[in-house]
Amino acid sequence: MIEYNELIFEISRQGRMGSSLPESDVESIDLNTKYPKHLIRDVPAELPEVSELQLVRHYTALSNRNHGIDNGFYPLGSCTMKYNPKINEDVARFDGFSRIHPYQPAETVQGALELLYNLQEELAEITGMDSVTLQPSAGAQGEWTGLMMVKAYFEQKGEKRTKVLVPDSAHGTNPASATVAGFKTVTIPSNENGLVDLEELKQHVDQNTAALMLTNPNTLGLFEKEILEIAKVVHEAGGLLYYDGANANAILGKTTPGHMGFDIVHLNLHKTFTTPHGGGGPGAGPVGVKKQLIPYLPVPRIEKDGEKYVLNSNHPLSIGRVKGYYGNFGILVRAYTYIRTMGPVGLRQVSEGAVLHANYLRKKLEPYFDAPYSQVCKHEFVLSGSRQKKLGVRTLDMAKRLLDFGYHPPTIYFPLNVEECLMIEPTETESKETMDAFADVMIKIAKEVEENPEIVLEAPHTTVIGRLDEVQAARQPILRYIIEETDQKVTVKS
Amino acid sequence: MTNATASLLYSKEHEWVLQLDGNRVRIGISHFAQKQLGDIVFVETPEVDDEVTVEESMGTIESVKAVSEIYAPVSGTVVCVNEDLNDNPQTINEQPYDAGWLVEVELSNPEELKSLLNEAEYQAYIEGGE
Amino acid sequence: MTNTFRYLPDTKQDQEEMLKFLHMSSIDDLFEDIPKEIRLEGELNIPEAVPEPLLLKKMQQLASKNKNANNYPTFLGAGTYDHYIPSVVNHMISRSEFYTAYTPYQPEISQGELQAIFEFQTMVCELTGMDVANSSMYDGFTSLAEAASLAISSTRRAKVLVSKAVHPESRSILNTVARGQEYTVEEVNLVDDVTDLRGLKEQMDKSIAAVIVQYPNFFGSIEDLAEIKKIADTQGALLIVSANPLALALLQSPGKLGADIVVGDMQPLGIPMAFGGPHCGYFAVHKKFMRKVPGRIVGQTTDEQGKRGFVLTLQAREQHIRRDKASSNICSNQALNALASSICMSALGKQGIRQMAQLNIEKADYLAKCLQKAGFIIINQSPFFNEFVVELPRSVKEVNSKLLEAEIIGGFDLESDYGFDNQMLIAVTEQRTKEEIDQFVKVLEEVVND
Repeated sequence: MIEYNELIFEISRQGRMGSSLPESDVESIDLNTKYPKHLIRDVPAELPEVSELQLVRHYTALSNRNHGIDNGFYPLGSCTMKYNPKINEDVARFDGFSRIHPYQPAETVQGALELLYNLQEELAEITGMDSVTLQPSAGAQGEWTGLMMVKAYFEQKGEKRTKVLVPDSAHGTNPASATVAGFKTVTIPSNENGLVDLEELKQHVDQNTAALMLTNPNTLGLFEKEILEIAKVVHEAGGLLYYDGANANAILGKTTPGHMGFDIVHLNLHKTFTTPHGGGGPGAGPVGVKKQLIPYLPVPRIEKDGEKYVLNSNHPLSIGRVKGYYGNFGILVRAYTYIRTMGPVGLRQVSEGAVLHANYLRKKLEPYFDAPYSQVCKHEFVLSGSRQKKLGVRTLDMAKRLLDFGYHPPTIYFPLNVEECLMIEPTETESKETMDAFADVMIKIAKEVEENPEIVLEAPHTTVIGRLDEVQAARQPILRYIIEETDQKVTVKS
Repeated sequence: MTNATASLLYSKEHEWVLQLDGNRVRIGISHFAQKQLGDIVFVETPEVDDEVTVEESMGTIESVKAVSEIYAPVSGTVVCVNEDLNDNPQTINEQPYDAGWLVEVELSNPEELKSLLNEAEYQAYIEGGE
Repeated sequence: MTNTFRYLPDTKQDQEEMLKFLHMSSIDDLFEDIPKEIRLEGELNIPEAVPEPLLLKKMQQLASKNKNANNYPTFLGAGTYDHYIPSVVNHMISRSEFYTAYTPYQPEISQGELQAIFEFQTMVCELTGMDVANSSMYDGFTSLAEAASLAISSTRRAKVLVSKAVHPESRSILNTVARGQEYTVEEVNLVDDVTDLRGLKEQMDKSIAAVIVQYPNFFGSIEDLAEIKKIADTQGALLIVSANPLALALLQSPGKLGADIVVGDMQPLGIPMAFGGPHCGYFAVHKKFMRKVPGRIVGQTTDEQGKRGFVLTLQAREQHIRRDKASSNICSNQALNALASSICMSALGKQGIRQMAQLNIEKADYLAKCLQKAGFIIINQSPFFNEFVVELPRSVKEVNSKLLEAEIIGGFDLESDYGFDNQMLIAVTEQRTKEEIDQFVKVLEEVVND
């Protein structure tokens, strides 16, 4: 990582431009003759003024102050930081996929519609569902879409159900999505094995339960072995079962949510299906449903009419539109390319590799960190930093120390039901040597906690910047750069 | 250990209530609460003349890691708000019982004070297991 | 393993070593916890794996079944536009340190991403004239719905008014969201090509949380935000504006005209059409709403040595902390596209973006004048940006067929969303040359003469 601490506004010089536009080949217009004065911009927006080389150096320097999967191991539990294939990037950039307008006549975009239709079919097969919508742009949006369909389903049946149940280990988007969809959330405590407590569940499920939202394997990386009993309890009370697909990387080709008894599923294509995280997005969160929920799927739907692909919005019970156009097409192209690359055997080997690697790494680390659960894990596992906490060092400190060795730390402090939690997900794309090296560093840090805790407490030491004052950032937020202009030069303020 | 005077009453949601003249009370959060929240970055309180209802949310206190509801320990009308907290929310951390007070309320139902805990009861409550 | 995949590094030996370490004899041991009844018997019923060289050919074939803007000049707008994207944009966002990174929750190794977003937030504030902007939302349509939800919760009123001149998809998503959060959406009618201000006055009362308009509106026309602000102010309602960021280069900023929340999509600046997504919603507010903004925000701070750095801030409002009390469930955003947009705005720069907007205005104006000269009626009574509506002698469908034969993608049919028969919404961006525009007019003339 290199030293570079300039904002693009700070390297700007009046009069520079980083692009070249053509002269107008039509008649020029004086805006004052066209628009009323008060609607014409009086002060130009202070955008940067840099040459193309300055621009390139600036963003190259920024990239050098950033860590992606291509830089090093990224064992962020729950995020599935697996390799992002380059062929996916090339394909998404084909003019035939990137330079098409969503409102073009269907006959001019048959290739795009064919891709979407086939992806729908394949994701339905992978999840064991009957139909899929590709519209939602992310997992959270998928959850909300699924819950809006749950809402519509019960309204249609004339039943008023207001509660959505989630386990205490659930990802924050679950209760948030439920609230945004107009439900009340009820939290079900887990048993001492980290799994859904079936007895607690039975006590909470009633005629007012719209749905139970589960991830399986759950956020602790543990497979809910009693899933069929859980499904029975919910279905017998007339409720629906929702599958949060964040952990689908553990079960591809081994089982499906459909087999487990789920009625609705969302997938995170930016997790399981290698579409890049992009620093926080874009993603895609397709939703699959069983037959009884098909009428409520968003519109427009991509359907086949003989040999042609068409868009059909004529579905009166649909919940309507959840996102612009047809979803994040560019992301869907990448996922499609990945599924074509792997095929059925490849996808199964993905999950087998993911689960093998997680168990291997867990066994390597267990002697040095508290492992709250003994069950064989699936694609990720949790450790607790409670042993180290007793010596005065917290999980946060150990995470910062990992930065010194070039690793992105695992997920910390989630899920909430494990003290000083560390969640590790190696994924199937990492080699044994990478995992061995990581384990060695984790063990080294565990030893440092005992013998030289200061070095952990004051970490990181080798990064471009130390720990940042987040309290100050929240108390007196500075959320933009303020530019002060004097004559020719742009000077700094803030 | 608190620096509170013996005349403070407490709610189970960790607010303290100080009786002033007439039917007025001053409200804040306890030392226990500010410690749980961590560094407080922002406070959102009701405005003067707003009505508050016992056990209902009347604002939020935001720290870096959490946003907590402030539940009204009593019902009534807000007559005074601690404006200083706008610029110095950390006062709540530093002096939760003095300069870090939140609002003053004109009680609509003074009987409600009887349901609050006294100092000993509150201490027992927080030691009991939170 | 019977197949080798380049993304799966485990050799047979690697597998054996790891299984041995686990005291297991086969991979199946790892999946014992899955009940037998639900284990898949055979493989998934999806097409077999395709090796890279063949897959590239296949995907090229699929892509070539689509007529794209490279070969077909596109006069289609309606929310997504064929604009020039400087070459640097793609090169910079192809740097894998940016696109293979996760959300910058560990700021020490994510300063690149965080700073880029801080710069993006700044540029959005500059264009919109607002105080605070977040790091992006899914798209312009969902941003608008989130803005409405914010207005509802902050004013504690139960209704919003939205102009029919706002994009139909925006209004559709708004309706879906409103149903979930149980507030009411009421539409305001049009007068010609703009919002009916008299009607707006009549509908305005104390139950209205916000008035929502688009700028330029769906038909390309410029609404008078100053007048609309006056009407909203009479009852203390908020003004929410959905704005095309390119237009803001030359139009007065909604912030200066009194907007409380400005939303929209950055697609015109640096993001390919890509059949509708991913694009990049933006969300900008007056400072009084700073702590109520959904999504992620980057803030400036310092480390222990006093070095300037950037962090995600105001996170306590987000779903991962607030959970069921969160006001929005948004988690992922469109970070990489926000980066692309930043780079585009930096490349165009303060002058270039004005130049580009000027070209749009001039070319749209040129086409409109040519069509008028050829006897066509332009519906817009108000001045427009780079889109306008033309009345045709035949159905839009028919005319678009003819245009397609001439290898041109025609405009948007206003029939199904508005019931306006034979009216086409045409967009003319800086990408359209005089020749393409002349050709467009020629084809339309031929249709009339048929």
